[in-house]
Amino acid sequence: MGMTLTEKILANHSGKDRVSPGDNVWVDVDILMTHDVCGPPAISIFQKQFGQNARVWDKNKLVIIPDHYIFTADKYANRNVDILRAFAADQDLPYFYDVGTDSYKGVCHVALPEEGFTRPGEVLFGTDSHTCTAGAFGQFATGIGNTDAAFIMGTGKLWVKVPETMRFIFEGKSLPPYLMAKDIILQIIGDIGVDGATYRTMEFTGPGIKALTMEDRMTLTNMAIEAGGKNGVVEPDEITEAYVKSRTNHPYTKVYSDPDAKYHSEHFYNLEEMVPMIAKPHSPDNKATAEELEGEYLDRAYIGSCTGGKLSDFRAAAEILIGNKVKLDTYIVPATTEIARALETETISGMPLMEIFREAGCKIGNASCAACLGGPSDTFGRLNH
Amino acid sequence: MTKTKPPIKGKAFVLGKNIDTDQIIPAAHLVYSLDDPEERKLYGKYALSGVPADESGLPQGNVTLTEEGETESQFKIIVASDNFGCGSSREHAPACLEIAGIEAIVTPSYARIFYRNSVDGGFLIPFESFEDLSKEVHTGDDLEIDQENHTLKNLTQDKEYPIKPLGSVADIVHAGGIFEYARQTGMVPQS
Repeated sequence: MGMTLTEKILANHSGKDRVSPGDNVWVDVDILMTHDVCGPPAISIFQKQFGQNARVWDKNKLVIIPDHYIFTADKYANRNVDILRAFAADQDLPYFYDVGTDSYKGVCHVALPEEGFTRPGEVLFGTDSHTCTAGAFGQFATGIGNTDAAFIMGTGKLWVKVPETMRFIFEGKSLPPYLMAKDIILQIIGDIGVDGATYRTMEFTGPGIKALTMEDRMTLTNMAIEAGGKNGVVEPDEITEAYVKSRTNHPYTKVYSDPDAKYHSEHFYNLEEMVPMIAKPHSPDNKATAEELEGEYLDRAYIGSCTGGKLSDFRAAAEILIGNKVKLDTYIVPATTEIARALETETISGMPLMEIFREAGCKIGNASCAACLGGPSDTFGRLNH
Repeated sequence: MTKTKPPIKGKAFVLGKNIDTDQIIPAAHLVYSLDDPEERKLYGKYALSGVPADESGLPQGNVTLTEEGETESQFKIIVASDNFGCGSSREHAPACLEIAGIEAIVTPSYARIFYRNSVDGGFLIPFESFEDLSKEVHTGDDLEIDQENHTLKNLTQDKEYPIKPLGSVADIVHAGGIFEYARQTGMVPQS
């Protein structure tokens, strides 16, 4: 019996020839990522457990990306960034993307690939549920809590229960111009429910995957957690390699699912027959087609976050907004500073995307998580009752 | 080698399904220190403050976990429907429940990061029931979890339900968390 991509990575990283779903294994960690909300409590636990003067297991494998509560006057939130800054200095961490410096990035899940930390075949943990985004690069990536992060900081290891894999097979050669990866994943989550993949891997595969760019794939894996999934994953191909090699020369080993791997279930979708989808309040699985909601009044619009703040998302929005004025409050928050810069240089009909948004009357924010998760009351785009 | 585990006794607080971490502790409150003895009490104060009022403390609703001005709850055991703790990975979620005085949760299923955080951080014990008991148990009922015989007793209603053994995480739960477990097994040196 063969193994799935996820099973193989977990076997490789736990020194075993093979693992099966349900096995508990201790894996070696390639990258640990944390941010300003969960980093400070993780650091505190690390120091309590390993000693005030303890060193992290490998400073080249710990990546700290403040992104959650950045542009705020909240004293507690700012204290959190101060704690990260002091820890990074004390531990001499090379990969700390500090607020207010040229190295500041913004949303960690988009920053990790930009900085070359997402690589096929590797194991990446992060103190954030959307860490599963990195699975788009053919690696095992999942979210953990502060205690687990502290454990990794001291040991470089963590226990993992090997998940069963659900396979989502895309047929069709191309994405219709009206369809985006978000439509695909909202359809899937709507079909299986917000706990439809709990404890499991969501592997996205099939001939249709070739029609999806890295940004598209990241949108799929990003939302695996919204179905309860442990991780989302896409096998690496030439599209993956082109992206990764443009960002890092770090070596990696590509891993693929065996043809005779055993799956929990298989789900087929034809990309050419799918339609634009909406998740209605207040749950990602509360699905409707865009057509069903035609004429529905909206309160406000927010284009941003780890799932919706990538360059392709803004290009799609700009194609609609060019030459128009918004009729409701519309917030634009690029995920990262790199994307923010690209909005000034990418053009449609010779007009930079940022100018299209300004002309349309959008409100433009700085790269960060901003209102997506709420945060302090002065957070950009936040609705305060 | 296994010593008898004492029963967990206390009043029930009942919730519905898909209770996400932003309902357990809204994002705006994630900024307080968990180390400062006074500041950490704020997590108890705001625990479950994001649950819509009519769904908080079922079946009647409009019951808050901690009373106005308090940081500790009169309730000790949460009984909820499926997929408890979905949403973000914030460990502040099980932590705030522990700070409020919750010792155990009984639900048919958990979101996995919440479950893992509860176990590895040693905040509270996440028990799984075979059936959804959120329609059976009422907020305020006196409950007793028998950890030896794997049952939930409702002393108020004089009913008893089987619950699942903890399974592969039992050793970590009984050690008190991942660090204590790792020390017992020699993975991490004794402090």
